[in-house]
Amino acid sequence: MSFQVSKVNDVTLIEVDGQLIVGNRQELKQGVLEKLEGGDLKFVIDFANTGYIDSSGLGVLVSLSKKIREQGGELRLSSLNEDLRTLFELTKLDTLFRIADHKDEALEGF
Amino acid sequence: MTDPRRKDLVLEIPSDIQSIAGAVDYVLSRCVSAECRARRLDMNFRVGLTEALSNAMMYGNGHDPSKSVVLEVVMDPGCLQATVRDQGSGFDPASVPDPTLPENLSRSCGRGLFLMRELLDEVSYNERGNEVTLVLRLESGGPLEGSAQA
Repeated sequence: MSFQVSKVNDVTLIEVDGQLIVGNRQELKQGVLEKLEGGDLKFVIDFANTGYIDSSGLGVLVSLSKKIREQGGELRLSSLNEDLRTLFELTKLDTLFRIADHKDEALEGF
Repeated sequence: MTDPRRKDLVLEIPSDIQSIAGAVDYVLSRCVSAECRARRLDMNFRVGLTEALSNAMMYGNGHDPSKSVVLEVVMDPGCLQATVRDQGSGFDPASVPDPTLPENLSRSCGRGLFLMRELLDEVSYNERGNEVTLVLRLESGGPLEGSAQA
């Protein structure tokens, strides 16, 4: 798994490439927390190139969302494939996140 | 009737979470040779194996690199069975709270067992609680349906 970080206006866009799983989740967590500590508050994580997120990956997203909210910010997700959508629905995490079909939609009006 | 002693694939994996993805990919590649690649195999079995190995390494073996996890797979036409055994003292699966309850939604852990139960057709533990057996029937249900009773 790797990820690219860019800034679109005042939103930090993180585009993940590959699976987000127990063996690499800390890399993404660290990357987002560094941005949060640097003052960024609006985050979009895009999963257009991610086939699979395991429960540890889901847990990291929950943890990051909580930390970002505590600072007054928001974490949005985008481009989940059909399987990932199902995982979010099964775990009811679709009620915890704003999930957009495309990163542009997530960035819009942030 | 499957011979309970039959194992088509046996892996002993050190308790290193970095090794999980490779081990799961290897098992799925071997399953593909026996079965057509189906979404239930790609997704449901991948989830089950990954979560079972993660739980065994992190909670069962407590990240102890000197301990290992044994994964045994039986491949039958239309049905896959995987058993994951760790060297820990075991746990009571009934003690794991439902992660979908409103009070648990914000917890960062506790979804692995839930996903196994949702996505596999059968999930069962041995009495000690250090061995989980997963069954996936490739011919039943929709792509992401499971009906485990554990």
